[in-house]
Amino acid sequence: MGKMRLSQEGVVFALAVAMFAIFALTLNNFLTAGNLIALVRSVSILGILGLGMGLVVIGRGIDLAMVATMVVSLSWVLSMAQAGTPFETALAYGFLLAVAIGLASGILIAYADIPAIFTTLAMGLVIYGSGRAFLFQIDVQNTPAGVAWFDFLGRGLLFGLPMPIAAFAVLAALIALLLLRTRFGRFIYAAGDNPLAARITGLPLRPLIVVQYVVSSLIAFLAGIVMAAAVSGMSTRVYNSTMIYDVLLVVVLGGISLSGGRGGVRNVLVGTLLVGVLLNGMTILDITYTTQNLIKSLILLLAIMVDSFINPRDEQTSQQSQGDI
Amino acid sequence: MKIRTILAAGLMALGLVGATHADDGLDNPSRNPFYDGLKGKRVVFIPLAMGFDLTEGWAAIMRKQAADLGYTLEIRDPNWSTDAGTRALTALIAEKPDLIIAHNPDVQSYARLLKRAMDAGIKVIQLNLESVVPTDAYVGADWSRVGYIEADALVKQCGAGSGKSGKIAIIRGQPTAASDLYELYAYKQTFAKDPSIKIVSEQAAQYDPAKARAIMETVLQQHPDLCGVVGNWDNQDVGAGAAIQAAGKADDVYVVTSGGGNQIGCDNISKGLLDLIISYDVPLQGNAINQQIVQSLLSPAKAGESKTSYYTPLTLLTKDNIGARTCWQLDQLK
Repeated sequence: MGKMRLSQEGVVFALAVAMFAIFALTLNNFLTAGNLIALVRSVSILGILGLGMGLVVIGRGIDLAMVATMVVSLSWVLSMAQAGTPFETALAYGFLLAVAIGLASGILIAYADIPAIFTTLAMGLVIYGSGRAFLFQIDVQNTPAGVAWFDFLGRGLLFGLPMPIAAFAVLAALIALLLLRTRFGRFIYAAGDNPLAARITGLPLRPLIVVQYVVSSLIAFLAGIVMAAAVSGMSTRVYNSTMIYDVLLVVVLGGISLSGGRGGVRNVLVGTLLVGVLLNGMTILDITYTTQNLIKSLILLLAIMVDSFINPRDEQTSQQSQGDI
Repeated sequence: MKIRTILAAGLMALGLVGATHADDGLDNPSRNPFYDGLKGKRVVFIPLAMGFDLTEGWAAIMRKQAADLGYTLEIRDPNWSTDAGTRALTALIAEKPDLIIAHNPDVQSYARLLKRAMDAGIKVIQLNLESVVPTDAYVGADWSRVGYIEADALVKQCGAGSGKSGKIAIIRGQPTAASDLYELYAYKQTFAKDPSIKIVSEQAAQYDPAKARAIMETVLQQHPDLCGVVGNWDNQDVGAGAAIQAAGKADDVYVVTSGGGNQIGCDNISKGLLDLIISYDVPLQGNAINQQIVQSLLSPAKAGESKTSYYTPLTLLTKDNIGARTCWQLDQLK
């Protein structure tokens, strides 16, 4: 391929830079340290979820249950803590729940060959429904008082950065290492690029798929911890919002192709940055709610169009049943 | 003559019998129609969602009376989904319960269905959030009045003569809900009268405290001299309060909002996250809706024949007047 070929990541990055420049020139106080920190902070949870979603999408899957996993596992943890369970014990239960959810999705997708998009869509509903029915009663759970490290996670600073940003940065570095420097990472790319070929060459394709969903579930759990710490509680109403589509927006916008095998952590960062600049700028410009939604969805549509233009579906992709969405 | 005497004696005897009876008390003749008229009736409540202070509070009070008076109260929980709520209403129109209590997610979605329900002979009460179609009764806050009180309080804090910047941020909830539309009108009307008030931001947080927090962080960066915030709901605006507190401006920015008067709201005032809550007092509303349920079930009027509203009383909660028993907890209502 020629060097001049336009990558989507490049386009989006250029767009983010252009918007950034325009906002910096036209809006007062946009280019202050305080505003830039607020900008990244407001999208750091989205970014953390985007890292998990990105990993699964690279492996040619999708995890629409991430927001449900985040909301339910953390609400359960907080409601247990309020009922008197030691916070660390409650967290361990939440961790196990997240692993169980990932295993369930992964096994259904890998061994029962049910398309990921339907499995995780339904799984999200199952998780949320059973959470509301059995695990907690009130839809906003408050964090327990007096857990120092947890308060620090929400309000503390690391090298002058608020913790949500620091958590996002650390996790991004970890996932980048995982994808680029470990065998597991290379396998995910191979399986995402061409699952059948990967299987013929001897990759343990099905266990690999299961592990991906366990990882994305755990990242959702982590995002939940950061979110609960940052806003001193967890609102299950987040599940009813458009958050899961925003996560997809970050991933697809950043240029991780929905047909799998391409992209990386950098794409998630670029996508998150663009969404952050967009949201921050629109809030400063005081654009109305409806118009904001319209602009966001138009950009998602545009990104998907660019994605299918740059990564066209060929005969090879369309014939593969595994995980192609 | 004789006949008359006998008649008179007879009447006197009867009177005497009556008198002795009165010593044993009286069987109140209007009791039975009251209880018989309610027994076995079917009432269905469609909330926005269960699981939060307002709906759980109303439901607890309504359930208690239903069990007491022998009618049934069912709850169809659409869990924030307007779609699910619409489906529940459509199904109910076919099932024909005696009374539907609707908590509207916005002013339009249920409007036509509520009218169809009344046409089908089902009485309809709207609770705290109304639609554009008036039904047999509305019981709940007068959102315009809530809006005027909130806006007046802010004008007092930030308007002409206060020596402050006059900059105000409006945090809307769900921009199509009755509370939001009526309040916004009141804000705009009031703020327009004071030229020193400037609305610097008007964003929707969709009842999500995390979103309110993100909005407020950005607004504070733009307007470090912000003077006041007026929001749609205490459970949401506590996020804005957290952003203000994190920026160290809790004393400079006055946060006004409204809510059901739950203990969590009072706690947020004590923590300094919110400054003023216009409370529509859920326990009071619960009693008012109970009274309206009985009246609607017993009234011989046909569905949709007479239309009434009862705007429930409002209480202003601030740091100065909240005490241990000002706010309510769900366990007290159950």
